[in-house]
Amino acid sequence: MSKKFLMGNEAIAHAAKNSGVNFVSGYPGTPSSEILETCAKIKNENMYVEWSVNEKAALEAAAGASYSGGRSMVTMKQVGLNVASDPLMSLAYVGVKGGMIVVSADDPGPISSQTEQDTRTFAEFAKLPVFDPASPEEAYEMVGEAYRLSEEYSTPVILRPTTRVCHGCASVEVSDVPEKHIPEGFVKDSKRWVIFPKLSYENHKKIEKRNTELSEVFSDSRFNSLTGSGRLGICAGGVSRAYMHEALDILGNPEVKILEVGTPFPFPERLAFEFLSGLDEVLVLEELDPVLEKALTYVCGKYHLNVRIRGKLSGDTANAGENTVNSVCGYISKLTGASVPEAENLPESPTLPVRPPVLCAGCPHRASFYAVKQAMKGKKAVFCGDIGCYTLGNAAPLDMVDTCLCMGADITVAQGIKRIEPETVCFSFIGDSTFFASGITGVVNAVYNQTDIVIIILDNSTTAMTGQQPHPGTGKTMMGEISEKISIEKTLEAIGVKSVEICSPFDMENAKAAVLRAAEASDGVRAVIFRAPCIAVSKPTGKLRVNESACIGCGKCIREIGCPAVAMKDKKAYIEPSLCTGCGLCAGLCPVNAIGGAD
Amino acid sequence: MVTSCLLCGVGGQGTVLASKLIAASAMEKGLFVRTAETIGMAQRGGCVVSHVRFGDKVSSSMIPEGGADVIIAFEPAEAVRNLRYLKKGGTVVVNKKPVIPITAALGGSSYTGDEMLRYLEENTGRLIVADSDRICRECGSPKVLNVALLAYAAKSGALGITVDELKNAVLARVPEKFHELNIKAIEFANK
Repeated sequence: MSKKFLMGNEAIAHAAKNSGVNFVSGYPGTPSSEILETCAKIKNENMYVEWSVNEKAALEAAAGASYSGGRSMVTMKQVGLNVASDPLMSLAYVGVKGGMIVVSADDPGPISSQTEQDTRTFAEFAKLPVFDPASPEEAYEMVGEAYRLSEEYSTPVILRPTTRVCHGCASVEVSDVPEKHIPEGFVKDSKRWVIFPKLSYENHKKIEKRNTELSEVFSDSRFNSLTGSGRLGICAGGVSRAYMHEALDILGNPEVKILEVGTPFPFPERLAFEFLSGLDEVLVLEELDPVLEKALTYVCGKYHLNVRIRGKLSGDTANAGENTVNSVCGYISKLTGASVPEAENLPESPTLPVRPPVLCAGCPHRASFYAVKQAMKGKKAVFCGDIGCYTLGNAAPLDMVDTCLCMGADITVAQGIKRIEPETVCFSFIGDSTFFASGITGVVNAVYNQTDIVIIILDNSTTAMTGQQPHPGTGKTMMGEISEKISIEKTLEAIGVKSVEICSPFDMENAKAAVLRAAEASDGVRAVIFRAPCIAVSKPTGKLRVNESACIGCGKCIREIGCPAVAMKDKKAYIEPSLCTGCGLCAGLCPVNAIGGAD
Repeated sequence: MVTSCLLCGVGGQGTVLASKLIAASAMEKGLFVRTAETIGMAQRGGCVVSHVRFGDKVSSSMIPEGGADVIIAFEPAEAVRNLRYLKKGGTVVVNKKPVIPITAALGGSSYTGDEMLRYLEENTGRLIVADSDRICRECGSPKVLNVALLAYAAKSGALGITVDELKNAVLARVPEKFHELNIKAIEFANK
């Protein structure tokens, strides 16, 4: 064993390697992405690692590896689990041979997500066991246990870290000797691997029986614990357990009985009964859904226990957003009467500048959005956006995202709008990685149903928002191999998109003309591919500077494009050299040509 | 005993590496370390915060309000935004150069950073103001800001890490070609 300082996501990757994982797949998504990246970095000769095209593909491939006796892990964020839910729900009935862990990272807040959904609820829905770590070191421990359980019960097991565990770092004890697992290979057995109604019925009965058994097993699990004493109780899960311990210290450790739950489903009922016996009131500390609160309320009802359960459902704790040490302090203080130490009263601060996330200086998406905006000035158009850095095109002054729903929905939402508003030009904006992940089906739908839409593909040659992962269009895989680049334009042409134009968004006149041609063609699906690399994967072309004697201080360079490198300083435009990449977008729209190359 | 250090700034300023250097120094002393980082959408020019905590036993990676021994702010408004995290009598190290957000530039707001520095002076027991323009000029690179701010905090004694321990962490953690630059920044701050 050696002590390593690891991020929760890194700890999960190290634990998978040390458990003899053979196959790791996933699709990037904050806060989960670093798990698979770390697996690729530390992989040994027994490990295969891939970024799959989306979460559904990733989960199915991992299932295949597991059918063949390999130990597998599939990683995604919580909304990715929605994409993977079709195979997951069925896989729960079919089961696995080699141990399989589905990591679905939740994002209370949400900090970087569309929803505040709870993977623990999903696990219950899918009838699959789930582990809920409170810290990176516990996530490490849980992975080993999850593989053991997965193979003992031939079932996929879910690991559900949250952002603060994924992106928290801690000193973790890591084994130096990875287990070597040699897969048996695929053994044909159609009664086992082919799902049919009869098999599902039989397996459903087995699953319910197994889950009752697991509830018993989990009541003795080292990841659940019962401590303390008294007539007041606190039940906590996930990172809220850490907040609870800190809050109790701050409050001078009032007398409470504590149930910590690391395996929320199947719920450790016997342990919960023991916890609830003799209590008057229980405070439940958890983020997202009231999973533990409902389970405790159920146990109270089942065993006629007269215990008041306080949590989200009762209105005692916040039902949205993250918990913090401070919020938990407040809840515990209310439960126990222990007083919260008084905070220093700061006078009101000057108005703080707001900092919404923005497209980077030099980002090609800014030029693409600007080109479309200019080309469509005064015309009736709707701009359907999607998930990625380019969602940030919604911010002022671009204001070029009218809808955003989920991965791939830009292309299909535009089709629905077009059918209700035939006079409107309906634009879809989709990034290259999202196009491969879930855009192609939507294009087929539009071509097949002959719906007039204009697809703008923002091809920056990477999966930018989640940290520059490769995808099918980049010609690189996560094993570091070179693969054939899958061409977006050839894909579109093959589907039957009649007009596909490609240009650089920084070539503004051409870009605007291409958009206009596509908008005015109105015969089925048209596409414009704006191709320019993300600034994070390309070298800056130079730096621009404002000629102060020429600048008239009109502010057009700021007002029109909102680049974070440009600001006003002493009534003149000023370009921050540490941010400028020399893209030239601002120079092109200066009415007096005051912006040029720095000397 | 737990030492808590909150680093705050704007996405892209280098807070993550700074928190790693503190963590490495504390690990080297045999202490248990927890950190929490902002990764994701906010990195695109949004507010970022790193929590670093070390000691014999650390429950939560997140520092409670009123719990930070030291705040290292890469930007004046971010220091003010996070000031509620500072312990009574805690230390603030702040870079005086503001990062003007595009929303301020668009709205014609008058944010200059000076009002924030005045507020910090009035409401912080111990304030150390760093001049990033000067540091970067003297060291010849804008990339040393994070290490210089750490050095100010180390020198103040509030960080629980000495300047020499910080130097060792830089030598162990930063690629060799940047050693000279970063050591220069530490020495500049330690003058």
